[in-house]
Order: sequence, then C-alpha cells, then structure tokens
Amino acid sequence: MSQVEIRNVRHAYRTKAGPLPVLDGLEMSVAEGEFCAVVGPSGCGKSTLTRLVAGLMRPDQGEVWLHGSKVTSPRKTVGMAFQNPVLLEWRTILENVILPLEIVAPSMPRRDRVARAEELLAMVGLEGFEAKRPSELSGGMRQRASLCRAIVHKPDVLIMDEPFGALDAFTREDLWQTMRALRQAEPFTALLITHDLRESVFLGDQVVVLSGRPARTQRTMRVDLPADRTLDILFTPPVAEMLHILRDEIKIAQGRPVETPAAGQG
Amino acid sequence: MARLQQVLVPILAVVIFTAFWELLVWANGWPDFVMASPSDLPAAYVRFADLFLIGAWETLWRTVAGLLLAVLAGLILGMIMGFSKIARDGLYPLLVGFNAIPKATLVPVLALLFIGQHDFNTVMMAFLISFFPIAVSVSVGLSTLEPEYRDILRALGASQVTIFWKIALPKTLPEFFGALKVSVTLAFIGTNLVEIVSPHGRGLGALFLSGQTNSNYPLMFAVLIALAILGIVLFYAVVMLERTFAGWAERQAT
Repeated sequence: MSQVEIRNVRHAYRTKAGPLPVLDGLEMSVAEGEFCAVVGPSGCGKSTLTRLVAGLMRPDQGEVWLHGSKVTSPRKTVGMAFQNPVLLEWRTILENVILPLEIVAPSMPRRDRVARAEELLAMVGLEGFEAKRPSELSGGMRQRASLCRAIVHKPDVLIMDEPFGALDAFTREDLWQTMRALRQAEPFTALLITHDLRESVFLGDQVVVLSGRPARTQRTMRVDLPADRTLDILFTPPVAEMLHILRDEIKIAQGRPVETPAAGQG
Repeated sequence: MARLQQVLVPILAVVIFTAFWELLVWANGWPDFVMASPSDLPAAYVRFADLFLIGAWETLWRTVAGLLLAVLAGLILGMIMGFSKIARDGLYPLLVGFNAIPKATLVPVLALLFIGQHDFNTVMMAFLISFFPIAVSVSVGLSTLEPEYRDILRALGASQVTIFWKIALPKTLPEFFGALKVSVTLAFIGTNLVEIVSPHGRGLGALFLSGQTNSNYPLMFAVLIALAILGIVLFYAVVMLERTFAGWAERQAT
C-alpha cells in the first residue's frame, strides 16, 4: 500500500484577477519508506503540494491519501520542515525538538521526551548544544535541529519544503548525508520539495518533475542507486545521465507549452 | 568591570545633570521664585516628608492600577485585532481617533460621569491614556506572525488556543514589553493630569498644585523630581519583567 497517494489533484487560488490555477491533474504515489523528491520550475505550486499533503489545505478537486485514509484535516502522523528552520527563539534547542511531543503525546513522561530528543540531536551531530538558544547556532545547525523536531514524534510521513535551500553548498552536502543517516536509523516516508537536481537524485528513490504552473506530473523517474550512497556517486555516469534527463525536463517545464511530450518516458 | 560600568555611568549622568542645573540657576542669578535649584530641594523634602510619602503612594498605586487595566484591555483588544482582519479594519480608526483626543478634555467628562469618585477617575485616566500602544503592538505582533510558525503546530492538529499559548504569545512578548515601557510613562501623565486638574485632588499632582498656589517653587520642583523617580522605578520594574519573560530576545552585545 502506498503511504502517500495523490490522485488527479487540481487547485486554484482565488485572486483579484480571478482564479489562479496552481495544480492541475497532479498524480503521485510514494510507497511506504520511500523517499520522493519533487522538482519543478519556481512558482509552480510545489509549496501548495506540501500544504495539501499536510492537510493544511484541501484541494478544489481530486484526493490526497495518507496511509490508506483520505486527508481532510491535519493529522499527528506528519512532520514538517521548511527552508526557514522556524525554531522558537525563546526555547532551547532541546525544548524546540520536544515541541511536537507536547502536542502529539501530552501524556509522555518528561524524562522520555528528553531522552528521545537527545537521541536525535546526537544523531545529527548536535550533542552538547541541547541547552543553547537557536540564535547561538549556525544556519546549518539550526536546520539540523529543525529536522530533529520534524521527526521527533516518529511521523509516518516527513514533508520538507526546500529545507536545505538557504544553506551554502558544503553545508548542504553535509546535511544530505545527515538526512541519509537519519533514514537508516529511523525509517520514514519522505516527500522533499527541492530545486536542486543533485539533491533530488542523491536523496530520492524517485524524482517527480512538475510542469510549470498550473503544475501536473510531467515525469516520474526511478532512482536505481544503492541504498548506502556516498557523495562520490554524484560523479558517476549513471547519475550524470539522470541529471541530464532531469535538466531537460525542467527546461521543458519552464519554456514550452505543457502539452509537449517529454522525451523518453520512463 | 562591565557591571561597575552599568551602575556608574547612569549615576555619573545624574550627577552631571544636577550640577549643570545648579550652575544654570547660579550663573543666571535666578531667585527660587523663578526657578528652583537642586540645592533648594532637600529642605522641601524634609519639610513636607509626610505629604510626599502619602502623595507618592497615592500616585503610584493609581498609576499601577490603571496600567494593569491597560495591559488587560490592550491584550484583549490586540488579540481580537491580531486574529481578525474585520475587527482590525473596524477598530483601528476608532482607536486612532480616540487616541488623538487630548486627554485633558476628558477630565471633565469623567468627573461628571463619576462625580466624586476621585480614585476611580484617576485610575480610568491612567488606563485610557496608556492602553493604545499595548493594543497596537500586540495586534501587529500577532498579525505579522509568519505562517510557518503557525503551520509547525497546525500540521500536528494543534488547536488555535494551543498555537496562541505556545507560539503567538511568546513571540509577541518583546513587542508587548516595548509598548509597556511607553505605556508606563503615559500612565503617569494620566494620573497626574487628574490629580492636578481636579479640585480636591490627591497624590503628587495635588501637592504640585498646592506648591503653585503658595508660590512655593522648591516644593513644585521637588514634586517634579519625585515624579521622575517614580517613573524611573516603574520603568525599571518593567525592564526586570522583560528580562525574565522575554530575555531571549536580547542579543549579546558584540
């Protein structure tokens, strides 16, 4: 059974100039434990997609299914991370990571919450920073803490909206590896919105290319690479080929009419 | 060293100010019925010590009472305006208009509405003059909350009340305290206005008035300085509260 299922979703925003369609006939299916990266031209409705899957919005048409039930409202089994780490400045890093547990598991003993948060923070290399305030950490460290907060309550699905977008290239690559390490330790299904093609291939089990606005699924590409990837794999011919194909798809999505068939469906 | 500096610099500033004032009066040869000098004040404080203590207490408690009302009303109004655009559109012109009215004009209105209720009138005036900054800052703080802050809890199915307590309220605290600092001094103005203008007033304002009636200039200036000290005390009380509840917003000096 798929964990995330998006069936023929259409959505439009109401603006002064009339309805602005952002999603049109979106189809997507992510299996349990799978990592799905979504790429597409900017402004094509990728963020709308995350809000629909999180249940923060309902689509005008079509259906979003999570773990076999239709999404109509927010649920406790998702985790979210954004480009902005949105840490609460008045809380320590540890208290920030604990936050979702206060909502999802109010009866969980404080000791267990702390233990869980400390375990995750150690996993992403933030051991010793538990008592610091967000303002005392670097951007990359804040994003690590934000990822811990997103998965502290063991969500079925982790939804990420360009979480590494604001980081410098080296920090970003560090976090890709952290992301893979987290997945090894904590299996979860992931939906990652990104505009970085290398990121989508390195992290994803499948990459979905969205067309320009209104977005529909333009192409779905499987990433058949070993599970224990290292950054070196980005310099191998199969990856170069995938990146090339994706690059062409993005060009199509940006420029030509959406009816243009993508070369070599696969 | 840094702590010493924190204490010494303000004291030094006060000393310099006092010396400058004394010098100004001395150099111009002003008699004390034109302008009192700092050296005239201790005698006034000693002579009217009882009146100063009673007056200061009356002024202080009525100001604080008015301020507490302003905090309560300001928070409620700010929350309503922060969460509802309709309320914001409707209430803003009313609030701005009300705030633009010189409060001295409201003294007779209050005095007629609540005849003889001197304490009540004074507290009301302190409240009316000081709630506006609080209401505006809370409403702006709430309405400019980035949607992502809301979403991290909303995505977990948290209620609006939970989001308010865990995110919106603490995030608005720095703005709230900034406004409270403005409101503290405003509330003093409100209290004194009623004390000075209304007949048979009480508090430091009434003491000022009796100094004026008796042409006792040192007494009038002594009242002004006493008011300034009360204002400073209350202001720093707010600063202490701010450090406790919103100290996280203070950045380390670099």
